[in-house]
Amino acid sequence: MTDQILISSSPQIHAPLSTRRVMVAVLLALVPAGLWSFYLFGLRSLAVIGASVAAAMVTEGLLNLVFHRKQSLGDLSAAVTGLLVAYNMPPAIPLYIPVVASVFAIAVVKWSFGGLGANWMNPALAGRVFVFFSWGKDMAHWTLPSVTGLDAITRPSLMEADVVSGPTPLGSVKVALSHLPQGVDGPMRLLESEGMPTSYLDLFLGRMAGSLGEMSAMLILLGGVVLILMRIVDWRIPLAYLASFSLLVWCFDGLQYGMGFFTGDVLFQLLTGGLMLGAFFMATDMPTTPLTGTGKLIFALGCGILTFVIRRFGNLPEGVSLAIIFMNIWVPLIDRWTKPSRYGASA
Amino acid sequence: MNRLKTFSRGGIHPPDGKATTAGQPIKNAPLPARAVVPFSQHIGAPARSLVEVGQRVEEAQLIGEATGFVSASVHAPIPGTVKEIKSLYLPSGVKTEAAVIELDGAFSRLGKPIAQRDWSDLESDALLAILKEQGVVGQGGATFPSHVKFAVPKGKSCEALLVNAAECEPFLSADHRLMLERTEDLIEGIRMVQRILQPQRTVIGIESNKQNAIDALIPHAKREGIDVVPLKVKYPQGAEKNLVEAVLGREVPAGKLPIEVGAIIANVGTLISVCEAVRDNKPVIERVLTVAGGAIAQPGNIRARVGCTYRDLIEECGGFTEEPVKFISGGPMMGFAFTDLDTPVTKGTSGILALTAKEVNAFTQTSCLSCGFCVNVCPMGLSPTSIFKNVEHERLDEAASLGLDDCVLCGSCAFVCPAHIPLVSAFRAARGRRRRLSARNRG
Repeated sequence: MTDQILISSSPQIHAPLSTRRVMVAVLLALVPAGLWSFYLFGLRSLAVIGASVAAAMVTEGLLNLVFHRKQSLGDLSAAVTGLLVAYNMPPAIPLYIPVVASVFAIAVVKWSFGGLGANWMNPALAGRVFVFFSWGKDMAHWTLPSVTGLDAITRPSLMEADVVSGPTPLGSVKVALSHLPQGVDGPMRLLESEGMPTSYLDLFLGRMAGSLGEMSAMLILLGGVVLILMRIVDWRIPLAYLASFSLLVWCFDGLQYGMGFFTGDVLFQLLTGGLMLGAFFMATDMPTTPLTGTGKLIFALGCGILTFVIRRFGNLPEGVSLAIIFMNIWVPLIDRWTKPSRYGASA
Repeated sequence: MNRLKTFSRGGIHPPDGKATTAGQPIKNAPLPARAVVPFSQHIGAPARSLVEVGQRVEEAQLIGEATGFVSASVHAPIPGTVKEIKSLYLPSGVKTEAAVIELDGAFSRLGKPIAQRDWSDLESDALLAILKEQGVVGQGGATFPSHVKFAVPKGKSCEALLVNAAECEPFLSADHRLMLERTEDLIEGIRMVQRILQPQRTVIGIESNKQNAIDALIPHAKREGIDVVPLKVKYPQGAEKNLVEAVLGREVPAGKLPIEVGAIIANVGTLISVCEAVRDNKPVIERVLTVAGGAIAQPGNIRARVGCTYRDLIEECGGFTEEPVKFISGGPMMGFAFTDLDTPVTKGTSGILALTAKEVNAFTQTSCLSCGFCVNVCPMGLSPTSIFKNVEHERLDEAASLGLDDCVLCGSCAFVCPAHIPLVSAFRAARGRRRRLSARNRG
């Protein structure tokens, strides 16, 4: 007879999911976007990813060690944070910056509030914003994806910097809008007049400058949909986020090109910047989003509205990080407003 | 096909594991040479022993009499000699005295023609007295004495008798088999309880995965004016409060019993025991239960005498094919884990499961991720994570204000929790602590 019999309180069986499996699924869902950055930027991308993930995991491991906490590296949540930090970095970033971002994310934002699940702000985004305001120039130094992964391997000198600089589509549009030429009816024409013509297909596939993991809307969508099918990501968040944002863009974004209402270029705004990565992987971070479906809808609507407001009226081209962080602050209140209806309470 | 009825909040879809057992007829277990018969097989006061060591007992002889208002009689499952009165723990954690009976002498009922009682002119009180005398208790798991449950409190009336045929616990299929093999006895049991309760309507609520049972019931039900309502397959469809909501569309107020909204619920196995008690004058000395799980060689449903050991029944089902990691008495969602295979079958044993590691999915616990899965699946509309966080900080009154006492311990939250937090045991323990604290404060 067996001498290893488990005893536990009911329920005696469990769904096959665990914290570690959730994190593994998220990591795997992020792999395609990472492979794309490797294809575009070669070893440079691996270096940023490696530095950032290692910094996050070493920080968490050391903190646990120093403060005699149970070692939590095995749940892999630190790896997810590190990877997301890396995906938010420009390819040519000096490596100490993602390291600082990861350390800040884990030590200050996650660990000091009690570790896994206790943080109220998305750690990866907080890390990104922290270094964004600390090293603004480096964080806005973009590289055109002219170097393929193979080139980088055969010509390691490319690792160093002499890569071609160039702005992101959102960045160029933001700058060019201050001196809008005649006859430009939207962002695509504006890019063309700036000498940087691009197509929606390029934007969808990710053939543009941008942060390491945010470029290919297609590959992020692929990972995101897999997580939705696995029920790890609640479909409400990306859907409500993208839908509310798109609606506002369509209604109002045409105005700044001298066009009327309902002429905004939804596709351009959806496919550029950190929106896709934010909607599928940042705004869906479990600890920093509301508990109920209704709460998640409210949260995501807020993210969509704020992203539009910041992109349209802010000084910065990007609005996703700040929008999500701002909505993170509201989560406890949203949870209070959207308690589920209790059985037998109304009767 | 019209939309199946179900409860409105939450619910889960655990792997059902019924396919291997639901298709096979009920087997008879061999009679035990020794029966260990606990005096506490029900909720409420234990029965008082009427036998002494060395005493001879007949099959079906009363050996423990009900004491107090909520209690049930206990009968000898086999003829023989009382060898010992010992005390033991049941898988539920209940400590009880038990009579150990060693088989000898002839069976007075088994294999003999049974004189059937004509109950056509028996009134409610007489029927309730029979249920009490024959030790009938709820066999869905809670083992509440039936003569108490079917006694409608003064000032209330039973509008609807709900027959709980949901059998929503994974792996269990004993009720399913009983509905197929004992259809007429079930209907007769229902008619007896109808006589007791005088309900305006009677509804059989049954999960739609038992289509052949639905087909078998419908002609009889039509004849008797009983509604058969197929229900969506969703756990915990058979939890009383959720069944009331699914079938009647009414919610039982927090802290109250279903009779508050005019409903009384009886499960299939119980109704067959009612029929046998009244018609055949037979006490509850045997029951049908499911022996299953990935580690069992020939899973099936088996009719076993009270007091035979789990070991006997597992051997009857071919023993183990692979190493079990967990034994469960009852269903996997609300049943109890146990280690001692010499545990006796009682009136409330609905199943014996031997599960493999793959079925159990045990992982180490991590911190709460606030994923909200538990909130989504709670059939009572609670926020288990919020209750748990208060329990962890010993804020028991706050936990109670969030519905700690409304929790039905169905286990849906703990089943889905990716952090593997033992929510159900935390809630169960917290309720106990809170009760003791408030009792101390009053005293």
